[in-house]
Amino acid sequence: MDIEAIYQKPSNHDVKSLLESKFGNKITVKGLEMDRVLVDVADKNDIFEICCYISDNLTFEHCSIVMGLDMIEHMEVIYVLTNYYTGINIELTVKLPLDDLHIPSIALIWEGANWHERETYELFGIIFDGHPKLERLLTPDTYNFYPFRKSYKLRGQE
Amino acid sequence: MVVENTIDTFDAPPEERISRERFETDQMWIYMGPQHPFSHGLWTLKIKVDGEIVTDAEPVIGYLHRGWEKEAENRTYPKIIPMADRLCYSASMTYTHLYCMTVEKALGIEAPDKAKYIRVVADEICRIQSHLMWLAAMGTDLGNLTIFLWAMREREYWLDLNVRLCGQRMTTNYPRIGGVRNDTTELFDRDVLRVTELFEKRLWDIIDMIDDSSIYVSRMKNIGCLTREQCANLGLTGPAMRGCGLDFDLRRDMPYSKYAEMDFEVPVLQDGDAYARYRVRIEEMFQSCLIIKQAMRKIKALGKNAPYRVKVPSKVPAGRTFCKLEDPRGESMMYLVSDGTDKPYRLKVRAPLFTNLSASKPMVKGCRVADVPVVMAMIDVCMGESDR
Repeated sequence: MDIEAIYQKPSNHDVKSLLESKFGNKITVKGLEMDRVLVDVADKNDIFEICCYISDNLTFEHCSIVMGLDMIEHMEVIYVLTNYYTGINIELTVKLPLDDLHIPSIALIWEGANWHERETYELFGIIFDGHPKLERLLTPDTYNFYPFRKSYKLRGQE
Repeated sequence: MVVENTIDTFDAPPEERISRERFETDQMWIYMGPQHPFSHGLWTLKIKVDGEIVTDAEPVIGYLHRGWEKEAENRTYPKIIPMADRLCYSASMTYTHLYCMTVEKALGIEAPDKAKYIRVVADEICRIQSHLMWLAAMGTDLGNLTIFLWAMREREYWLDLNVRLCGQRMTTNYPRIGGVRNDTTELFDRDVLRVTELFEKRLWDIIDMIDDSSIYVSRMKNIGCLTREQCANLGLTGPAMRGCGLDFDLRRDMPYSKYAEMDFEVPVLQDGDAYARYRVRIEEMFQSCLIIKQAMRKIKALGKNAPYRVKVPSKVPAGRTFCKLEDPRGESMMYLVSDGTDKPYRLKVRAPLFTNLSASKPMVKGCRVADVPVVMAMIDVCMGESDR
């Protein structure tokens, strides 16, 4: 193998082709920006497998954020993962139907995602299966509502 | 001379004496906080101790949670700028800068060159004053009040520069979407170079006081150790990360504003203990001075007539944008989901300290109770941003 090729930093096109060849129709790469690869994950149960691959084989060591998003018809969970060597960000988007707000936790892959998942749980009510400690973090334990949902207005529930 | 053990003076049979010496204790939970001198803000660190050794820890936060992201969804874009100042009191300009940068990226416009240079200067001023605030707090944690007084004295000069630049000491409300509020004043141009020159000399006084004293250095060395892999996995960022040997700085590796044109070094140490984090922060202050000097030269070359602000539309087109910025404490990030109206649909803030605090358990595990304040001082706690 060419030495130059080994030491060349992989570009976002390489990341795209690697992801597509590995997971086929499980994912869709919907956009490519300078340092950002936007990926849609079709089935939420694949997320653990995909994150394992990104962490172990593509060496994305850092989980920047895990965030919830209320799109009224459905919920979304967005992951932004960073590679310290190349500076590329992979952005995974997973859609959750409103009647089944469960998704596998990735806190076992990146410990840094632990509190982000707890925060998303308490503010949106999305349940991360397999999380080591899924409890309320910022709000009191007595809260039985999810304040960041769109149905919750500033002055309280409608 | 042999000093006899006091227990031998008891009139007790030998078996009982042995059992007294092996005094069995249960492990117990101690609540450090929310009002505790070490916590520097409202948060609690629950630690489980076995005698003097910490065996488990659990940070409790949320005392300052005010629903910042929800509030932002109900305000128009310009009205979020003063709110972004309140995310962190000691480095407010970095968050406002980050917010403006995110909205500019979503709008697809570029701020004028001059505004970018001014933002770089403002960011570095914030970095220095935030690090000085940390140095002062760390001094009191280590039991040295002189460091506190000296660092706070130096910090006042940098706060005065903020006054010269925009009339406010701390919550500055200075960057705007599409530029900055006003051009640099003549007083600022003159004083920023003077203060930088003076500060580079005076910082050595503080370093000499700490590094020449083996008492303070020995309190920091070999505690709170993390390896490079642990650090990356825990999501630690900023000086705490660079003290663990992870060579990554957003200013150099994913440059924003005008950092690509600046010539500076990123200090990285391999030790991974509290002393390495202290060294990294001190070095960063010197590098910030270098950046300020370079950026001020560029601003001078642009002249007083260069534009510093462009007009921007009030409605942001639908889309998803994120921006990252090297905060004094680590990687801060904003994720904006816009829907074409004049209010954000969702604005997520990644506060570096939120994740750094979650890593406190592996850091304090195995330490002695007296070392806990030193270890936690090295991640520079600021609760405003982590509770949001």
